[in-house]
Amino acid sequence: MYRIAQKTGVSNKRAALYRLIGIIGALVVSSIFILIAKKNPLQVYTSMINGAFGSYHRIRSIIIKAIPLAITSFGISVAFKLRFWNIGGEGQIMMGAFGAAWVALSFPDLSKPLLLLIMALTGFVFGGLYALIPAFFKGKFNTNETLFTLMMNYIAIKWVTYLQYNAWKDPSGMGFPKIADFSQNAWLPQVFGIHIGWIVTLVLAVVMHIFIKHSKKGYEISVVGESVNTARYAGMNYKKIMLQALFLSGGLCGLAGMIQASGVGRTLSVTTSAGAGFTAIIIAWLSRLSMPVMVVVAFLFGAMVQGGVYIETAYQIPQAVTSIIQGMILFFVLGTEFFIRYKIVPIKKEQEQGGKE
Amino acid sequence: MFRKVCAIALVFIMIFMMLTTGCTQKESEDQIKVGFVYVGPAEDKGWSYAHDQGRLYLEEKLDVTTIYQESVKEEDAAVEASIRNMIDQGCSIIFTTSFGFMSATKKMALEFPDVKFLHCSGYEMADNMSNYFGRMYQPRYLSGIVAGMKTESNKVGYVAAYDIPEVIRGINAFTLGVLSVNPEAEVFVRWTNTWYDPAKEKDAALSLLDEGCDVIAQHQDTPGPQIAAQERGKWAIGYHIDSRESAPEAFLTAPVWDFGPYYVEQVQNVMNGTWKAESYWGGMETGLVGLAEMKDNVPAEAKAKVDEVTQQIIDGKFDVFTGPIYDQDGNLKVKEGERMTDQEMLEFLWFVKGVVGKIG
Repeated sequence: MYRIAQKTGVSNKRAALYRLIGIIGALVVSSIFILIAKKNPLQVYTSMINGAFGSYHRIRSIIIKAIPLAITSFGISVAFKLRFWNIGGEGQIMMGAFGAAWVALSFPDLSKPLLLLIMALTGFVFGGLYALIPAFFKGKFNTNETLFTLMMNYIAIKWVTYLQYNAWKDPSGMGFPKIADFSQNAWLPQVFGIHIGWIVTLVLAVVMHIFIKHSKKGYEISVVGESVNTARYAGMNYKKIMLQALFLSGGLCGLAGMIQASGVGRTLSVTTSAGAGFTAIIIAWLSRLSMPVMVVVAFLFGAMVQGGVYIETAYQIPQAVTSIIQGMILFFVLGTEFFIRYKIVPIKKEQEQGGKE
Repeated sequence: MFRKVCAIALVFIMIFMMLTTGCTQKESEDQIKVGFVYVGPAEDKGWSYAHDQGRLYLEEKLDVTTIYQESVKEEDAAVEASIRNMIDQGCSIIFTTSFGFMSATKKMALEFPDVKFLHCSGYEMADNMSNYFGRMYQPRYLSGIVAGMKTESNKVGYVAAYDIPEVIRGINAFTLGVLSVNPEAEVFVRWTNTWYDPAKEKDAALSLLDEGCDVIAQHQDTPGPQIAAQERGKWAIGYHIDSRESAPEAFLTAPVWDFGPYYVEQVQNVMNGTWKAESYWGGMETGLVGLAEMKDNVPAEAKAKVDEVTQQIIDGKFDVFTGPIYDQDGNLKVKEGERMTDQEMLEFLWFVKGVVGKIG
């Protein structure tokens, strides 16, 4: 029999080598699918890179895609630090976007800075409260947070679906199921042609990094995450810490929702979250919960998606094939990360027997 | 080991670079590039497929390159991103082919005055943005004649996407066609709230079949409803393209599109410098819309009737929405001898008598 054990002392050189092999492996396997689509894999890969970085517009597109991924990653990694497996980023984004949209649609004539500020606060609070529900039940009844948060996603998405198709359907949309666009006052301003979500992302990366690494609360979160008993022994109120951390976690996801609704969609819709809540889990894990690294990884993710969009149009590759390529790259990257961090060791016979007694 | 892998990687990168430089040289700069934004997969065997056939026809007839992006969501952010990508890749003419792409297309048209935009099935315009569509209600009326004569249960099903004027107009035209030959029949409507979802479309059709409908018509992008009819041994009327291969036994006929000639004409106009933004609504006389060849399972008298009415439509002697037309509650909406105007048809938000279903 085998078991999985943590690895220590993998040199950086060795890790880089593993990653390189992983990426080459991904490219080789994806080539099969590209060949099935009757294209030249080498050409497709080069244009994927060209499509991602080849012009200012493309880099801009990457950043727009990376912003929600990074902020959501910050959010869920606060919960992950606590070993609270918050799979509910998607729903928290939706609820945040819902809160922001509510404000934007109710007070379209407020001055821009005030309106955006209230939208951001409402988005944060709505996302935070939505994450508090599973945290409360975990504290009270020790429910399984993974399933709980996962299910909460679907409730949030269906709620927004209801708003879009019924309650908030734009009456001037000629029957088309769409929520009315926000007024211009509710649009995030742009700097260098990109909505200011990118500045928020960079600031949050620094603030959250300091918060987790160097503040008392951040330290408490880490301690509870390492061992609830240690935290108890040290006199920490771990339930209170969990609730606070989850409010922050959901709040950041909610803020990402507000930024998406205000800066990109300019309204609320079923696809406002666009899977960011799930992708962020992968980003948080790949970054080993380090906020600055998340920014980089989110950017690379954006690049992969943007490169995919480019080859779809430039080479007329079916969307399904680009999805396969992206899935392959991810699979191999995650696979190599696993082997950098863990090893599979055979369990010796005696130990096995020992275990049975 | 590490060095070896690095060396191999370097070789790969060099090959990549050589290939890219090779690529860029091949593409000529002055060739016009035309972009197409689709709402479904290009191979959906329906709406997007019909446009893609038009795109291929365009490539065949004119010296242009085309690119397309499929499965773009009907949301401004997604549509804008797609259009920007196409402009970034050098497109100077962009066709956006779904109703939900309208507002984003308009926004992009204002931002990029040098790019020509053609939006299908909407009503917005700009100096560099046309809208175009076909009088699909004409062949829909004809397909209604076929359904009205084919049905035995006098219950005809209609799987429909969204309750917007375009779809409502089609249902109304179809129903008038049914009633013109079979005043006893009723048309049952099921909304799916999606253009493209093979499983959902099929399920909607099955629920209509369960209620006793024996002919299924559709305003959807896949042959899902036709396949449902085939499974139950009933009949179906397709849409967008001649899809008889998808449901060989059930298929009767289908109102179909032929975008190719229009695309060639428009792009040719741009090349000649004579292009002007317009609002184009082509009828059966232009060939943009038509009825697919009726199969042998269509009754002979229906065929004769369809041929007769087709000729009248093409000659301009007959108009589908000519009064008297009553709404579902029996109110007279169009008086005897009057014709609905284009504007009224574009704002259709009520069902004619004979439709069983609800708007909103």
